[in-house]
This record gives sequence, structure tokens and C-alpha cells, in this order.
Amino acid sequence: MDLYEYQAKHLFGKHGVPVTPGEVCTTGDAAHEATRKFGSPVVVKAQVKTGGRGKAGGVKLADSPDDALAKATAILGMDIKGHTVYKVLVTPAADIAEEYYVSFLLDRANRAFLAMASVEGGVEIEEVAATNPEALAKVRVDALEGCTPEKAREIVAAARFPEAIADQVADVLVRLWDVLVKEDATLVEVNPLVLTPTGEVLALDGKVTLDGNADFRHASHADFTDRENTDAIELRAKEFDLNYVKLHGEVGIIGNGAGLVMSTLDVVAYAGEEFGGIKPANFLDIGGGASAEVMANGLDIVLNDPEVKSCFVNVFGGITACDAVANGVLQALDMLEAKGVKLTKPIVARIDGNNAVEGRRILTEANHPLVELVETMDDAARCVAQLAAGK
Amino acid sequence: MAIWLDSNSKIIVQGMTGSEGTKHTRRMVASGAQVVGGVNAKKAGENVDGIPVFASVAEAMAETGANVSVLFVPPRFTKDAIDEAVDAAIPLAVVITEGVPVHDTAQAFQHSQNVGTTRIIGPNCPGIISPGQSNAGIIPADITKPGRIGLVSKSGTLTYQMMYELRDIGFSTCVGIGGDPIIGTTHIDCLEAFEADPETDAIVMIGEIGGDAEERAAAYIKENVTKPVVGYVAGFTAPEGKTMGHAGAIVSGSAGTAAAKQEALEAVGVKVGKTPSATAALMREIMTAR
Repeated sequence: MDLYEYQAKHLFGKHGVPVTPGEVCTTGDAAHEATRKFGSPVVVKAQVKTGGRGKAGGVKLADSPDDALAKATAILGMDIKGHTVYKVLVTPAADIAEEYYVSFLLDRANRAFLAMASVEGGVEIEEVAATNPEALAKVRVDALEGCTPEKAREIVAAARFPEAIADQVADVLVRLWDVLVKEDATLVEVNPLVLTPTGEVLALDGKVTLDGNADFRHASHADFTDRENTDAIELRAKEFDLNYVKLHGEVGIIGNGAGLVMSTLDVVAYAGEEFGGIKPANFLDIGGGASAEVMANGLDIVLNDPEVKSCFVNVFGGITACDAVANGVLQALDMLEAKGVKLTKPIVARIDGNNAVEGRRILTEANHPLVELVETMDDAARCVAQLAAGK
Repeated sequence: MAIWLDSNSKIIVQGMTGSEGTKHTRRMVASGAQVVGGVNAKKAGENVDGIPVFASVAEAMAETGANVSVLFVPPRFTKDAIDEAVDAAIPLAVVITEGVPVHDTAQAFQHSQNVGTTRIIGPNCPGIISPGQSNAGIIPADITKPGRIGLVSKSGTLTYQMMYELRDIGFSTCVGIGGDPIIGTTHIDCLEAFEADPETDAIVMIGEIGGDAEERAAAYIKENVTKPVVGYVAGFTAPEGKTMGHAGAIVSGSAGTAAAKQEALEAVGVKVGKTPSATAALMREIMTAR
């Protein structure tokens, strides 16, 4: 889960990474009040989980409480690359002498962590990496050894930070590593890390990505859940504990296993080209087991999506054999009807794998008016796309 | 001969007494695998269907000569369980558990590298099967027969799908390497082992969006693999920034797209199927032409 700047800075503060104070505001009046409290000038910053908000006009300097009110009012509700601004961060404007870049991230290729640092911060780091790669130091950090003070000095030296602030930057790195490990983050990034004219080193912006697998040891991370910017159907799916991602298309997808579901999305999109660009409406992995109850929850979520015109149930019977899967689909439909859900959308089922013949026999004999059984994944994709197109 | 797992493999199960552990232990036994013990410090001395439970991996190995451990340990205890297997120097640890924090995996993997005697497969994987010989994990044993195709895949059900499509030709070994950002055994490790295995004639490699493992595998194939390789990549239509089920399956920026992976594989002569069935057809062509 990516965090907002204000959430990232909250974690920075918790682990002693120096940040400027700030207040999260959802109204212009609140920004006015915050500015009065901090004293002018302040910076009003849109809270969105995307880069380039400055260029989009989402970051403004305000020189009075009234000005902050006006700027915050203008920024709130803005659309930045498809992200609506619901919150702004009001923070005292810092004087900046120099801008740097530091980060730690998971290095998948080397199965370790990587520190990146540059004295050319403040701009997009991808740009520095592309145009002036030598200005971006990359140092491997061992997962067991971590970022010791010695390792931090190595990073500082590799990035050629000025000697006068080497200790300060090294200290920030050690604390930032604490954020990465103690909060179970896969990315912590500070851009820019600034040096003020008075010699302070401050994290002026922050980016943190948390590992959802570690939620069990961080009860407080539940507060970071982003309800406003999460799709309503995704929120509902989360309540059912379903692995669901909303996309924009006409064919609802339910399958077992992440890879098979991804593959199903592709096959449906290919087949949909023939019918005027029919696309998959979602990703939904109901897991290897594919039980009737989970299938019912999945169908409930998918069939209630107003964009969905038809639904593709694509299950490979491995651990759960196909006869159980077929019975599960029929039971799921009964469960939904018993709950009063009105079923109208056609469902194309493809079940393959262990005991496929028996599973297909069960579905064929049940002869459910909404369920069409198709033998192969490719043919089923074509059929479901055609149904979505109303042909 | 197969790779890493054969009829001589002696398997222990860490977490055998849990519900998943017991269920899949029985399935492994039913498929003919030699499961010689389980590990649970609190239940040492008990047994599951007559298979003894030991207090530690080291004790289980000493008593039974086990050389493979399969882990069905809950996520919060997985790191310690892997460390224990590594410290006991078991040659192969297959980590089935889904939902392990990536810092835990990174630390456990680093520890395995430091000790240097254990290959880890997974986590978040279906395991490894050498049909007709042995089965360590949750891959259904009755999908396919023994044969001469090697299979490596990030995805469980796509593994089963491919085994099913080519079940009449059969497989030497199928390895589900898992969909997490950090995994103990990579596509490249499997390619290297299949290349060296005299009982494997051709290799199917299944990838998915996220990371650059497939691109690196392509570079490896170019330099080191002489056997024919057929590829499949899932997730062409996945949007940027959305995690697709597997924690590792996310397209960030321009990196990790299915198109980039396909391009890298095709550039080194790997035939890439557009769908699982098309991929199976490509492999069928290769195997029937032999």
C-alpha cells in the first residue's frame, strides 16, 4: 500500500527522521487556521498518490492565512492524473539551500535491499538516473546486516555529500532504514531531503510503500486505509476478504489462482477485440480451493458491478476437483437467490482439470438458465465477450 | 532423474500437525512420495497416520535421513521455520506459505545464502513435483504422467493448467517458484537445472507481470540454454500500479510489463504463446517433432 505524504511523514517523525511540522486539512478554513498557528508563509500541498503534483498546480506557497484559504480551496477537489484531491498538507515553508535525494527499496533482482542517494534531488529521480546516472549512488544493503552507521557513511560517500553534513545525512539514513524495517515498508523515499541555510537537514517530502503481508504485526497501519480513493466495489470485496481489483470493462471475471486470473483477463481482452473492444471488468482470484461460499461472495460482488454485462467463471480443478467446483457454482447461485439477489446476467463457466467430465455433467444436467458451459478457455472467452456485446 | 526431487527424496513436513499440513501430507503420501516425518516442537512424539512428529528439523533429519522439508507454517512463524531448516542444512526447503512479510523472506533468504547449503523454493508457491517419483507441496499428482518436459512457473493454477494441457506427453519435473517479490529459487535456477538434466528435453517457462525475472531469464537462455524453451507471460491487460493477486505482480512505471517480457524472450528465440493453450500447442509441436 502506498501512503500519502502526510502519512509517510508521520512514520518518519515516529522514527526520528527530521520533518517540518504539518497539518492535514480538508477545508480552506482549516488551512487558514493551520497557517495562523504556524505563521506565514506556508506551503499548501495536495495529498495524492502520484508524482508530478507540483507541475499540475497541486503545491502552492501561501503568504497569509487568507491566501492559504484561497490556495487550499483551489487545490481541494482538483484532479491530478486521475486522482482527486481530498486533503491538503499545510506546512511551514522551509528555506532551502540544497536539495538531495535518498531512498531505500526492495531490490528484487538481487534479493536484498538497495540504498539510492544523490546530491541532485528535488527533480524526478528517474530523470537523474537517465540523464546523469553517475550522480545517483546505488549501494546494496544486506537484509540481515541492515543500514549500520558504517553502511550509512558508505552511502553518503558514494553519493558525495558535502563532508560538513555527512554525519547528519548518515543519521537520517540510519533512521530511514528503521522506518523501512520496523514499519515493514518495501520503499522509503525522501525527495527532496533539504539543507536549510542554517544547516538543518530535513525531509521535505516523503514516499512510503507498506507490505500488506506484514499487517498482522502493525495494527496501527489499518488507519492508513484509503477509503476515499478506493473504489466502492473494492471496499466491499475487501470486507469479504476477496482478492479483487476493479478494472473498466464489461466482462466480470472470477477464477482461481492469481496467474490463471491474469491469463483470463488477457484471453477475454483478445476475444473482445472482435466485438468492438469488450474488456474485462475486474480481477478476482477466489484462491486455489474455490469453495461454494467464496464463489457466492465472488459472484455477488461481480454481478453487482453495474458495468458488468456478462460473467466468466474460469476454474482449474486442482486441489478441489471439478465436480466440487460445479456443485459450488450451483450452490453459490442458490445462495444468492435465497439472499434475494436478482440474477439476470449470463454466466459462462469453463471448468477443467481433475474430474472435469463429472463436473461438466453436473453443470449440464442442472441446466441453469443463466449458466452456459464452454469446454476450453479460449472458446469460453469468445462466448462471454459476445454475450457482453449483446450479440 | 528429474531435478531436485526424485524417488529417493525423503520428505519432512514442518507444520504437519496443522490442518493444511495434515491434509497435504496425506495427499503427498497418496501420490507415492516418501514422507518420513513432521516437525512441531510442542507435539514431538505424536504422529499423523503413523508418520512420527519430531521436535526439530535437525532431529527429524538425524532420525530419518530426510533431505527435503515442506513448510506449511503460518506466515508469522515462517521466517523462523526456514531459518531452522537452513541451520539444520537440509538440502531443499519448499515454502508453501502465502502471505509471508517480504522482510522476513529477505532475511531468511540471506541467511540461507550465508550458510550456503539449502535451496529454498517459494514462499507462496505450490511446490515441486517429479511425476511418478515424488511430490513436495500441493501440486495435484494425478494431472499428468512422467515425461520429458520441464516446467517452471510463478503461478500455481497456470502450472496445473499447463501440466493438464500436456498430460499425454508428461513432465520430468514441474517447479512452482511462487509469485512473491523475493523467492528462493528463480526461473534462471530452474533453467540451469533443466539444461543439465538428461531426462528433460524441453522447457516451458511461465511468467507474469512484475519485476524483471523473465528478462533476466531471457539473457540467461541466450548464453546458456541449448534445449528448446517455450514461454508464456500472464498479465498483458493489467493496468499500471495495481497488484494482481501475487504481491510481486505489479507493473510499476515502464518496468515489469508483459509486453516487455515477451519481447525479451522472443529476442532470444523463445517461442511465446499468446494463451496457455497456444503455449501448450507450441510445446506439443516441439515434442512431437523429436
